[in-house]
Amino acid sequence: MKAKNFSVAKIIINIFLLIGIVAVSFPFVWMILSSVKSTADFYSFSFWPQSLDFSGYKFVFEKTDFTRWYLNSFIVAIVVTFSNIIFCSLIGYTLAKFRVTGMKLIFLIILSTMMIPTEMLIIPWYVFSSDFQWVDSYWGLIFPGLMEAFGIFLMRQFMASVPDDILDAARIDGMGEFKIWLRIAMPQVKPAISALAIITFLGNWNAYLWPVIVTNTAKMRTLPVGIAMYGTSDAGGIQWNTIMAMSSLTVIPMIIVFLIFQRQIVEGIALSGTKG
Amino acid sequence: MAKLKGKEMIKKRTLSLQKRKALIAYSFLIIPVLFYLAIRIVPALQAFLMSFTTSSSSAFTLENYQKLIHDEVFWKSVKNTLLYVVIIVPLQMLFGLLLALAIERVGGKLKWFYRVVFFLPYMTSIVAISWVWRLLYDPNSGVLNEILVKLNLPTQEWLGSPSTALISISVVIIWQMMGFCMLLFTAGLQVIPRQYYEAAKIDGATKWQTFWNITFPLLNPTIVFLAIIGVIQTLQTFTQIANLTGGSSGGGLGGPLNSTMSVVVYMYNEGFREYNLHYAAASTVFLFILILIVTLIQFRTFNKSYKL
Repeated sequence: MKAKNFSVAKIIINIFLLIGIVAVSFPFVWMILSSVKSTADFYSFSFWPQSLDFSGYKFVFEKTDFTRWYLNSFIVAIVVTFSNIIFCSLIGYTLAKFRVTGMKLIFLIILSTMMIPTEMLIIPWYVFSSDFQWVDSYWGLIFPGLMEAFGIFLMRQFMASVPDDILDAARIDGMGEFKIWLRIAMPQVKPAISALAIITFLGNWNAYLWPVIVTNTAKMRTLPVGIAMYGTSDAGGIQWNTIMAMSSLTVIPMIIVFLIFQRQIVEGIALSGTKG
Repeated sequence: MAKLKGKEMIKKRTLSLQKRKALIAYSFLIIPVLFYLAIRIVPALQAFLMSFTTSSSSAFTLENYQKLIHDEVFWKSVKNTLLYVVIIVPLQMLFGLLLALAIERVGGKLKWFYRVVFFLPYMTSIVAISWVWRLLYDPNSGVLNEILVKLNLPTQEWLGSPSTALISISVVIIWQMMGFCMLLFTAGLQVIPRQYYEAAKIDGATKWQTFWNITFPLLNPTIVFLAIIGVIQTLQTFTQIANLTGGSSGGGLGGPLNSTMSVVVYMYNEGFREYNLHYAAASTVFLFILILIVTLIQFRTFNKSYKL
């Protein structure tokens, strides 16, 4: 690196970035501060909580199904992520590595479905979910996400770069085709798999439109739906400290996970963006 | 004779090998691809069919579309959706680019710290964070009006007034998305070969010239990608609007006075509040066509190859 230490331009840029950091992190700070305020602090505005009041948190755990929503979100996101890793990589591998008739056509069809907005599928999904009584069930929450076109596309791109030689070598050694995919091809595309896992998990953890439609009872709600329903259908006006307690309990663990896996997550998202 | 037989045998063997390969490929694909057809392609066709029928009869009709084009609220939602795109996409990309360039310029140990902090909003739950912003905007308990009072400026209605609500929602989306743009611009900047900058320096180019003649054209793939992704995502905006408007503070989703209603919010209201699924399907077909047109236009206008 060049030894150009403290230029004026650099100081100005740093000041600009620090102002940006204040703007970006302020909502988080405000969320945490508000979660420990008492109701009175919201009626007459006070910047700092007058006293630490944990009644919001107490309410969340005692009067709502918050822990269940957490569990539901976790189940949905984990199952969908796992399914995408398996199926997208299997489809992607087959489409990239087996040069037989029909592969190009299948790939084109899958690719073209990326143009279809989810909103258009939601109405038919809802219709046949009601017919099959999938409404308000885990399967109802999970089935639309099990395979994503983008994941198939991403995996195909990466599987194509796996050298044929090592696959053939495994074949000569008498390895079964399924095992070749699982043991030889999959480890070759680890960065792509972790990228796919991260974006799928994140997307499903945050999903709102489909879960809000397909769930009825409080017990089946996912975290975003639970928070939104608590906020909007609460008759006695918005209980800000409770909602901010819910938001904090949702956001803070995400921030911690992000800080632990920051390098993998940042690189994974950049990877899926640049190759996509 | 023997030679010919050998050749035939090889041909036969490769044929059977090819057949075996095809068999393996199809057996790998059959279940997942059929499932994919069932959850993606069949429903898409079904949505089209539904939009041309009504809940009372399955005969072909244009009724839903006729109702749609005569509904002022629908056109309002289309106008709003386009407004969201025009406000959000350029700004989130501009801020993303400025952040990427600024952080690149700072260099050193601070680089990673800045990147992580600016990326944080993208990582957090949209619903949870929308409620945090709703509190920030709240006219009575919110901090933004309190700051305005301290600065002796007139207070705002923010989400409560039709003239400021759409912009207030856009701010939340930009706040959350600019970190994503920053990340991809950073990745784009890193693949530009250093030699170009060195050559520009030798030629005596100014920083401004270097940016417009080297950095900007070479970022073209990133710009195209972010523009397309940004427009498509913004056309589908729903979660932020649903959580920042409606509910106990009065009015339905997309308020006040439909000033923040997007096409998807309109679809949700018609389909899942009024339970007019066939009519809602027609609005999603409209959304599909909108996305298709925008994607095609963008591919055409942005895909000019820049020369160095």
